[in-house]
Amino acid sequence: MIEVKDLKKSFEDKAILKGISTYFEPGKTNLVIGTSGSGKTVFVKCLVGLLQPTSGSVFYDGIEFTALSNREKKQIRTKIGMLFQGSALFDSMTVEENVMFPLNMFTNLTAKEKLNRVNFCLERVNLVGANKKFPGEISGGMMKRVGIARAIVLNPKYLFCDEPNSGLDPQTSLRIDDLLSDITHEYQMITIINTHDMNSVMGMGEKVVFLHQGYKEWEGSSQEILHTDNELLYNFIFASEFLKQLRKGITNSTPLIKPDK
Amino acid sequence: MKFFYHFGRYVLMMRDMFSIPENYRMYSKELFRQMNGIGIGSLIIVGVISLFVGAVTALQFSYQLGSTFFPEYMIGFIVRDTMIIELAPTLSGLVLAGKVGSNVAGELGTMRISEQIDALEIMGVNPQGYLVMPKILGAIFIVPPLIVLSAMLGIFGGYLAAENYGISPANYQKGLLYLFDPFNVVIMTVKSVIFAFLIASVACYQGFFVKGGALDIGKASTRAVVFSSILVIFFDYIVALVMT
Repeated sequence: MIEVKDLKKSFEDKAILKGISTYFEPGKTNLVIGTSGSGKTVFVKCLVGLLQPTSGSVFYDGIEFTALSNREKKQIRTKIGMLFQGSALFDSMTVEENVMFPLNMFTNLTAKEKLNRVNFCLERVNLVGANKKFPGEISGGMMKRVGIARAIVLNPKYLFCDEPNSGLDPQTSLRIDDLLSDITHEYQMITIINTHDMNSVMGMGEKVVFLHQGYKEWEGSSQEILHTDNELLYNFIFASEFLKQLRKGITNSTPLIKPDK
Repeated sequence: MKFFYHFGRYVLMMRDMFSIPENYRMYSKELFRQMNGIGIGSLIIVGVISLFVGAVTALQFSYQLGSTFFPEYMIGFIVRDTMIIELAPTLSGLVLAGKVGSNVAGELGTMRISEQIDALEIMGVNPQGYLVMPKILGAIFIVPPLIVLSAMLGIFGGYLAAENYGISPANYQKGLLYLFDPFNVVIMTVKSVIFAFLIASVACYQGFFVKGGALDIGKASTRAVVFSSILVIFFDYIVALVMT
């Protein structure tokens, strides 16, 4: 389990995270949502240690990650996989080399074993036959899938995804969501996805944490969102008239709060 | 104050690159890739410039000393010493500051902006160790031989130009051997090692800490070239002051 206790992060005088506490369980797709500038990316970067929190703690299975030295953090990081918003594939390497990179760096497997593992992961993300292509030669959706393959190649315990659907068409987004959901359940990983894609929220949000202006405004499941009485969350999720009508159709009820107030 | 901030961050970057490699094979592979990129990739430009600089030096001195009582073989002597002591290391240093400096800063800057450096860190790889150290070590290993080659090509360029100007090859060769001091080669080697370190480390620093977007990568590359060029000239003077 990943546990977050009173996490705060400021840049000079500007407070971005103002005391967030929550927890994320294995085998669940955990979504962190919020408007642009709400602190989602900073929150995830604090969780993985790319940013040092101003105060507060992050625990990985009871180990206080934020109190560890860089060398000790490296031990935990080998159990972390991360999919970046722009995929962050190494331009000078082929798809195969990208996925193989963590294996080359951290394992003593033979070349054949590594290739088998890479092919298995590429097959898992439906990218058979793309081994020798360079990142510049494949589409955005394929790059995301290569990013996922690279993130899962070492069988991580924790998977972080920063806006995995940004810049993708709805169909590709759904495929990425399904894939993330499937591997989370299959490998019982703790998956934390940073998104503002409403399809993802409603489709795969087993736990949703809603951030607003640096605070945790709400948390619950996607089903609970449908019946929320939190005005900020309601206006964020059902931003368009179409979605409001859709919600009304699903729940067959008028909202408990006045929308667009 | 800004100088101390940047200098402190530069020193910390250099400190952080010293860690036990996660995988020696991957690090050495990266080292050879960098040596190839810096050395082989700069061979043509350094070679062509050195050849012509040697030729111009020979022509210029032949022209200027032609009407004086200086013996002909002095052209070979002058070309040899100016190439070895000054022109080969300094000109090659400036050329490398432009080519390698912008290349390295651009590469690391792009990696930073596109989160590739973050990706390495998340994987548990020390980005300074894996990205910065092979570039600096690669430059230190490959730049001195490149500069020796530059000096040789400059002397050869001088030979071709001098012969074309009417100076006999025998006299030029006599000048090349005249009062040769092997310590000059030591000066050239010291300069080349210092320049290699400065060019690679300044470019790595500029690229590694890029913030913003594509425009900032361009600015970082420009800064890398400007600062490393100034440092090359400055340390050229310091080495000359100390060693001659």
